[in-house]
Amino acid sequence: MEIRFTLNNQEVVLDVNPSMRLLDVIRKELHLTGTKEGCGEGECGACTVLVNDEPYNSCLTPVINVLDKKVMTIEGFRETKEYRIIADAFASMGASQCGFCTPGMILVTHALLKKNPHPNEEEIRFALAGNLCRCTGYQAIVNAVLKISEENK
Amino acid sequence: MLPEYKTSVKKVDNEDKMAGKAIYTDDIQMDNALFAIPVRSTISYGKILKIVTPALPQGYFFISAKDIVKENVCNIILSDWPVFPAEVHYKGETIGLIVGPDKKICLDLASMTHATYNEFEPVYEMKNSYVHKEFTKGDTSKFLDAVKVFSEEFETGYQEQVYLEPQGMLIYLENNQIVVKASMQCPFYIHKAICRTLGCEESKVRVIQPAVGGAFGGKEHYPSLMAAQLATAITKIKKPIKMIFDRKEDISFTTKRHPSKTEISAYIDKNDNIIGVKIHVGIDGGAYVGCSAVVLSRALIATTNTYTFDNVAISGDAYCTNKVPSAAFRGFGSPQSIFAMEQFINHLADFLHVNRDELRNKYLVKTGDITSTNGIFRDEIILPVLIKKAKEMSNYEVKKKEYAKPGSFRGIGISTFLHGCGFTGSGESTIINAQLKITKDKNNIVRFYTSQVDFGQGNLTTLKRIVVDTLGIPEEQVIYEAPDTNKTLSTGPTAASRTIIIVGGLAAKAAKHLKEIWKDGEEQEIIEPYVGPSYIKWDEDTMQGDAYPGYAWGVNVIEVSVDPITYEVKVEGAWSTYDVGHAIDERIMIGQADGGLAQAIGWAYFEKEVMENGVFRQKTLSDYVIPTMMDLPKMETAFIDNPFPYGAFGAKGAGELTFVGGAPAFCSALEQAINRKVNKIPALPEYIMELMKNGN
Repeated sequence: MEIRFTLNNQEVVLDVNPSMRLLDVIRKELHLTGTKEGCGEGECGACTVLVNDEPYNSCLTPVINVLDKKVMTIEGFRETKEYRIIADAFASMGASQCGFCTPGMILVTHALLKKNPHPNEEEIRFALAGNLCRCTGYQAIVNAVLKISEENK
Repeated sequence: MLPEYKTSVKKVDNEDKMAGKAIYTDDIQMDNALFAIPVRSTISYGKILKIVTPALPQGYFFISAKDIVKENVCNIILSDWPVFPAEVHYKGETIGLIVGPDKKICLDLASMTHATYNEFEPVYEMKNSYVHKEFTKGDTSKFLDAVKVFSEEFETGYQEQVYLEPQGMLIYLENNQIVVKASMQCPFYIHKAICRTLGCEESKVRVIQPAVGGAFGGKEHYPSLMAAQLATAITKIKKPIKMIFDRKEDISFTTKRHPSKTEISAYIDKNDNIIGVKIHVGIDGGAYVGCSAVVLSRALIATTNTYTFDNVAISGDAYCTNKVPSAAFRGFGSPQSIFAMEQFINHLADFLHVNRDELRNKYLVKTGDITSTNGIFRDEIILPVLIKKAKEMSNYEVKKKEYAKPGSFRGIGISTFLHGCGFTGSGESTIINAQLKITKDKNNIVRFYTSQVDFGQGNLTTLKRIVVDTLGIPEEQVIYEAPDTNKTLSTGPTAASRTIIIVGGLAAKAAKHLKEIWKDGEEQEIIEPYVGPSYIKWDEDTMQGDAYPGYAWGVNVIEVSVDPITYEVKVEGAWSTYDVGHAIDERIMIGQADGGLAQAIGWAYFEKEVMENGVFRQKTLSDYVIPTMMDLPKMETAFIDNPFPYGAFGAKGAGELTFVGGAPAFCSALEQAINRKVNKIPALPEYIMELMKNGN
C-alpha cells in the first residue's frame, strides 16, 4: 500500500505493508540509523521520533499511523538551531555516555521544551521518564535540560 | 606538577552520538549480509542425539557442532564453554545457527528445527561446587577463645546488564581476513576465540570496534561465543553474516551478575572486641565456569571490605548449575560480598548494642594494615576524610537522629567500600602483558593505539588527554581511534577498572618516552610494555600476597522514605565521596559515579530476575524493571584528591567502584525506615511486607 508522510520536512511516498513498524521503515527502508532499537516493546525510548511534534515510540507505531503526518528523526532535527542548543547543553553536562539513548533523549527534550520552555526538575524527570539510560544515572541529563530551562527564563 | 583537571574537556565522540551519526553494529550497512538466528536447546541438561531441521531452501544453512573447524571450545578464561555443545548444559543454549538471506524465513526455520536428547537430571540449586578457594590470615585457632559468636546469611539476586544496545555482531571476509565488527568490550578476546576455534593464524582475523551502546561487563565474554559461532559459519558459507539479538533474547540467554549467598560469623571476646571473622561466599556460576573462578577470587578478596580484622578465615565456592552462565558485571563479585559485609557490620553493631558508625570506625582499615590476603595497604588511605565529607553533604547525623523516631518511615544509611584496580594479583604482568604502540609521522602527528573500548565511560577522551598533556602538544596533533586489531597491539581487555590506572599509566609512560626522543619531522615509534610495580607478588593458588596494584575508595549515603501501606520505597537523596586518586576528567568521573550508583540502586531495589526450572521469568524490559528518571534522586558527588603514584597523573580505576556501595547504603537506610534487618536483595515491597509481618 502507498503510504505518504513528511519525514524531516520532505515528503516521502513508500509502497510498504501498512502494519510495518515505523522503526523498520526508518532504519531499513530509508536507511536512517540514528533511530535505535533498544527493546522493541515501547519501554526504553531509544526509538523515539517526533510525530507532529509529539514523541512516539517508533517500534510500536505501524507506519499507517503516520499517514499524512510530520515525522522528525534525529537526522532532521540535528539540522535545526534547537538541536544545537540541546546538544550543547547535553555536552556541557556530560549527558551522553554510550550514546545509544541520546538521539531519543534529545527529541523528547525538544518535545518537552516546546510545550514548557522552562520546566523544573520534577517536570523534566516526568517528561523524560519514558526514555531509559543505563549509563548516566540520569542526573547529567536532568542537569542539561535544567540548564536550558534556566537560560529560557 | 598535576594538570588542572577540575575543568573537563569536550568528549571526542559526543557530537556523532548526539546527532545519531555514530554507527553501532546494527547500523552498519552491508546489503548482502545474511542473518544468523540461534537454534536453542529446549532442555536444561542432556546429550544431543539428533538435530532435525526442516528442508532448507537454497541459500539457507544450518551450522552446528559438526561444522567446527578445529576446536569446539570458546576461549573464555577457563575454556569449558563449547562453541556448539554436544551435551547441553542450560535451557536456551545455542545448539546451532540457521543462516540465510531473509530474517523472517530464518526465524521460521529455527523454530522448526528440533533436537532429541538423552536427558539428565538438571541441578538448579547451589550445591555442586566447581571452584573452591580458601585462605586465612592471622591465627584462626583464636576463634576458640570467643565468648560469643554472631552469624548471619545474606543473599543477592541475578542482575541483567541492560546495556541499551543489545548484543550484536557482523562478520565478513576482506583481504584474506575474517573481519568482525561487534558490540564488544574486548577485541582481543574475540580475536583469540576465533583463532582458537578455527585453529588459524592471528593474522587471519581482524576485529574492529564500531560504536558500542553500553556494556558493563556483559560484553566482556559473551561476544567471544558469538564470534566463535559466526566464524564457524562464515568458514563454510563465505558470505557476510549479521547476528543481532533482540531484547528478549538478550535478557533470556546472555550472561548475568552472579547470584550469591554469603555466610559470615564474628567471634567476639569478653570485651566485645572482634577476635576474628569467618566468611563463606557462594556464587551461582551457571552452566559453565568461564570467568567464575576469577569472579569468586575478587568476591573473596573484597569481602573484608574496608575493615581490618586480625584473624580471618575466608572460603568460597562457585557452583555449577544448569542455568545461563553468570559472568562479568561491574564489580565482578565484590558487590555481592561487600553488600554482605556492610550489612553484617551494621547488624553486629546492633547485636553488640553499639553505634553502627562507631563499630565501623573501630575496625576501619588504615595505611599499612595487612590485607585479608596478607598483602599490605601501602598507599595513603583517606577514608575518614571521605566519611566526614559524605556525612556533611547529606546532613547525615541530624537526619539519622530525626528518622530514629518511631513511625517516621524514613531512613538514612551509609556504606564504605573499596575496589581493587586492575587484574587480580600479578595478572597484569603475568597474564595480560599489555604493550602500547605510539608513533609520530613526518608532520609530527602522533598516533597511539590501544585495545580499550569506549562503551560510554569516556576513555576515548581521557586516554587521549593523558597523551596530549604528557607530550604538551595541541590536541589536534594527536590521533586516537577506536580499536582495530590490525593496528593496535593488545593493551588488554576493557575490564577490571584497569583502563585508566593500567593503560592510562602505560600511555603516559609511552608518551613521556616519545617526548624524550622527540625529533621534529622524523618518523618515530615506541612500543611500551607494561611493567608492574615490583612489590606486587601474588600467588593465585594460595590466594596470598598483594591482590591489586592499587585501591580506590568510596562512601555512599542514601536516604529513603517508605510508603507505610504499599511498602514502596522512594530514594530521596544520594551523596557520594570518592578517592579515585586524581580524576583525569571530573565531568566524566561524575558520569561514572552517578551511573554506577543508579545501577546499584536498581540491583538493591528494582531489578528482579528469577529463574524457574532453568528459565528466567523476567524476559523483557516490561517485567525486568530498571530505574527510570522518576525513580532516582538528585545525586551529589565529591572527589577528594589523593594522587596514586603509579597511575597516569595520579589516577586510579573508578568504573566499578561506583557500583559497589549503593546496595548496602540503600539497605541500611531502608532498615532505619522500617526498623527491620534486610539480608536479601532486591528488597522489593513484597519482601519488605514479609519483614514487616514477621518482625525481626
